[in-house]
Amino acid sequence: MTAALHAVKPRDFHIVRFAGDSGDGMQLSGQQLTNSVGSAGFDLSSMQDFPAEIRAPAGSTYGVSAFQLQFGGTRVRTPGDSPDVLVAFNPAALKVSLPLIEPGALIIVDEATFTDRQLRKAGFDHNPLQGNTLADFDVYPIDITGQTLEALRALDMKRPDAIRCRNFFALGFLLWTFDLPRQTLIDWIDERFESLPTIRAANEAAVNAGHAFAETAEVGHLFERQTVDEVPLDAAEYRTVRGAEAIALGLAAVSRLADTHLMFCSYPITPASSILHELANARDPAVSVFQAEDEIASCCAAIGASYAGSLGVTSSSGPGIALKAEAIGLGIASELPLLIINSQRAGPSTGLPTKTEQSDLLQALHGRHGDTPLPVVAARSPADCFRAVIDASRTALRHMTPVILLIDGYLTNAAEYSRLPEVDRLEPIWTSRQLADNLPDHAAHDRLFKRDAASLARPWAIPGTHRLMHRIGGLETDISSGHISYDPANHQAKTDLRHEKILKVADFLPVETLVQGEPQSQVLVLGWGSTYGAIFEAVRGEIADGRSVAQAHFRFLHPFPPQTEEFLATFDRILIPEINMGQLATLLRSELPRVAERIVQYNQVTGLPFKVQEIRDAIRGLFTDD
Amino acid sequence: MTKSDYKTFATDREVRWCPGCGDYSILKSVLQALADTGSRPENTVFVSGIGCAARMPYYIDTYGFHTIHGRAPAIATGIKLANPALEVWVVTGDGDGLSIGGNHLLHLLRRNIDINLLLFNNETYGLTKGQMSPTSRIGTRSPSTPEGSIARPASPCGFALGSGATFIARGIDVDQKGLPVLLHEAKAHAGTSFVEILQNCIVYNKDVFAPVTDKKRADEWQVRVEHGKPLLFGARREKGLRLNPRALALEVTQNLDEVLVHDETNATLAALLIALCPPLPMAFGVIHRRSEPMFDAAFQVIEKSGEAPSLDALVRRATIHDHRQAAIDEK
Ligand code: SF4
Repeated sequence: MTAALHAVKPRDFHIVRFAGDSGDGMQLSGQQLTNSVGSAGFDLSSMQDFPAEIRAPAGSTYGVSAFQLQFGGTRVRTPGDSPDVLVAFNPAALKVSLPLIEPGALIIVDEATFTDRQLRKAGFDHNPLQGNTLADFDVYPIDITGQTLEALRALDMKRPDAIRCRNFFALGFLLWTFDLPRQTLIDWIDERFESLPTIRAANEAAVNAGHAFAETAEVGHLFERQTVDEVPLDAAEYRTVRGAEAIALGLAAVSRLADTHLMFCSYPITPASSILHELANARDPAVSVFQAEDEIASCCAAIGASYAGSLGVTSSSGPGIALKAEAIGLGIASELPLLIINSQRAGPSTGLPTKTEQSDLLQALHGRHGDTPLPVVAARSPADCFRAVIDASRTALRHMTPVILLIDGYLTNAAEYSRLPEVDRLEPIWTSRQLADNLPDHAAHDRLFKRDAASLARPWAIPGTHRLMHRIGGLETDISSGHISYDPANHQAKTDLRHEKILKVADFLPVETLVQGEPQSQVLVLGWGSTYGAIFEAVRGEIADGRSVAQAHFRFLHPFPPQTEEFLATFDRILIPEINMGQLATLLRSELPRVAERIVQYNQVTGLPFKVQEIRDAIRGLFTDD
Repeated sequence: MTKSDYKTFATDREVRWCPGCGDYSILKSVLQALADTGSRPENTVFVSGIGCAARMPYYIDTYGFHTIHGRAPAIATGIKLANPALEVWVVTGDGDGLSIGGNHLLHLLRRNIDINLLLFNNETYGLTKGQMSPTSRIGTRSPSTPEGSIARPASPCGFALGSGATFIARGIDVDQKGLPVLLHEAKAHAGTSFVEILQNCIVYNKDVFAPVTDKKRADEWQVRVEHGKPLLFGARREKGLRLNPRALALEVTQNLDEVLVHDETNATLAALLIALCPPLPMAFGVIHRRSEPMFDAAFQVIEKSGEAPSLDALVRRATIHDHRQAAIDEK
């Protein structure tokens, strides 16, 4: 059996995919492997791919939950295109994963699950472990169930509970194969199951059994391990961080940089709930968490908090953002700071709740009634969520406006290995509380609407402050007094002001620059959001192959930084890959007409992130038709 | 209590309700109550949604937020959680509070956040020109129900009781004596105070409550409830309410020995009182009051107390590795 393993060529990076029933603990296994890999100092990027059903019928193909991790000694920016190691916990998991993995990949299966019944459920008419269905792969069947039961025999456990530990057996096996230390995993088990000694012992026994099994079966190390010194990451401190964690840390940073309490108000929705959980468990008194009764209430409570002097933050996914639209309009009319985080998912309607998409860009820009401009910001990677949250919040506080931060289902739950942010280097956040502090002490309502010249922010006059009593609301108000006004000229002036104020945001933004490539390149690949990693790898590969390609990636989708049109106009072709039907492309065509003709769309909406190869093919397509 | 000048809390804005609207007298009672109870303008916030009632914050010289339809309880919740030291009032109506905003009202009441909520019930949508509302009686003719409405009306106080309200009171717009007292009680209550105020919409639903609220009929059609006092009514308080134990309902009795004594802490009695309607007298006053934990108090403890860790400590929490250290450990 070991022969199969030796046939797999060791290499300096791997793409591992765990697949099994949604109740098999695939996400947990993936995350634990991620932690072990991160602890060993390797760069990594992971993603989740799971069904909407919490516990779909066992053994069904539609209930397969998967976790994919790419790691290695060089910079890793995506979870990888095609896994070279698949761990399939049942036939259904094998069935749905086969089209995804690369020829020659190592497939580890729990052969105990390859029963007639399970095979039928998965839609196999024969056992693929026999015959040559899997001839293109290196198949390594292990009786994971049996081995796990054997390892746990000494423990007083019910059989189904013991079988549940088989993912830990697989983890132990993989840790050996990849020559990774067990300690990180054991420490985690100790902590997590501290109050459940039997489960703790069982999981540890399973890990050790899997590890020993690999060792005694003389499974070679798959991993051609580079010494850590050669890893081109410098000697700073690093951690693995998921998008949701980075958002939570970013919000904690905002509270400290702005010296402002934050109130995070949310309503459960997939995939945004991860952020709610992350913040709830962070137990940071500077960032309070409120689970509201619905999406609308969560946005309204955040607005209330902002009115009362905290920074209100609300988070959701597309359907929930749609419900918040009216309240966001109130935030714009009443000029309150507010951060709205959208973990985009595949739509329309309920769509594919657990699958990723970038299809809410135009909703973010325009999805409200009336002329209601607001800044729109996007994060590009799990770790970048930290900076993106700070950028978005800074803008909200500086200009007294709601801001939408776009992330997506992939970013929210994906992890990457990232350098710790240098927190003492972060710039403090200015708030227009300072304007309110300097107001003269008399009763006139209009002094509360005198604006900061640079940002056009009104003073943030907070209830509880002596002599600043005033009334605000959703009705149109007079541009100077703040009292209700139905005057036609005033409405024009206020509408102009709302636009101008958001355009002022651009004054504070750095001009767009290239991520990589030469300014005179023939093709610019332009992206926004979570496609960054895949585009980066694709462009890097194409540059290495000698093609004249460059990459740019937008942080602000509204407003664009100064001179964005001039920046883009230096390129003959602008390829815009998006996980939607062309929303940034549409936006650019209308906002930056000079470059409209040069835009080439590349759109795909499969619910999955782009593969590097797909983008490379799209780039090459531009060169072949010349 | 000595009467303070209610005008100290008035703004310089021209009040814009229809002449004769019940909202004028409610506003006066509110201003009076604020002055009498020593509210501090800079610590007080009035939040409203949409509707005629929702204009009220513009006329009160405190902090004020006129928000969107039905959402005032949610916005007020955010305000109170962010700053529990504020005195927060919500002004809503039957459409705003029970129709489009019913969900938020339910959750405000069940959380028992220390907010005072005034629901002006005029059984119609005034601001949108008189359509039937969730409290309109069956058969109400309106622009949207020319043949008379067919939906059964909701009971505001019944809704509040079912939602777990810990303070339920009912008053009348023009009752300049009784209403400020109810507002004092509402303000003094720790938890969400729900006050239904029967309000005369003179334009679209004129005198819909007159059979009960008319001063000349008040003795016969109103029972003023007071904790620890018998449930008496009539010109000479010559009759009262007793419990019919078989029907489990209140009924009128002339035998004063049988008259029930009001126990505002008893939710079952509150349900019976709330259900009273002609031909029985309607209940006014503090119908229900009990003490329950407040969400906002617990929230301060769980979400806002304790030492805030430094940012540096936060980013280092969990799965942190010094590269060099990891390399050394390996060797
Ligand atoms: S429409 Fe009715 S409720 Fe509204 S202001 Fe006029 S009288 Fe008052």
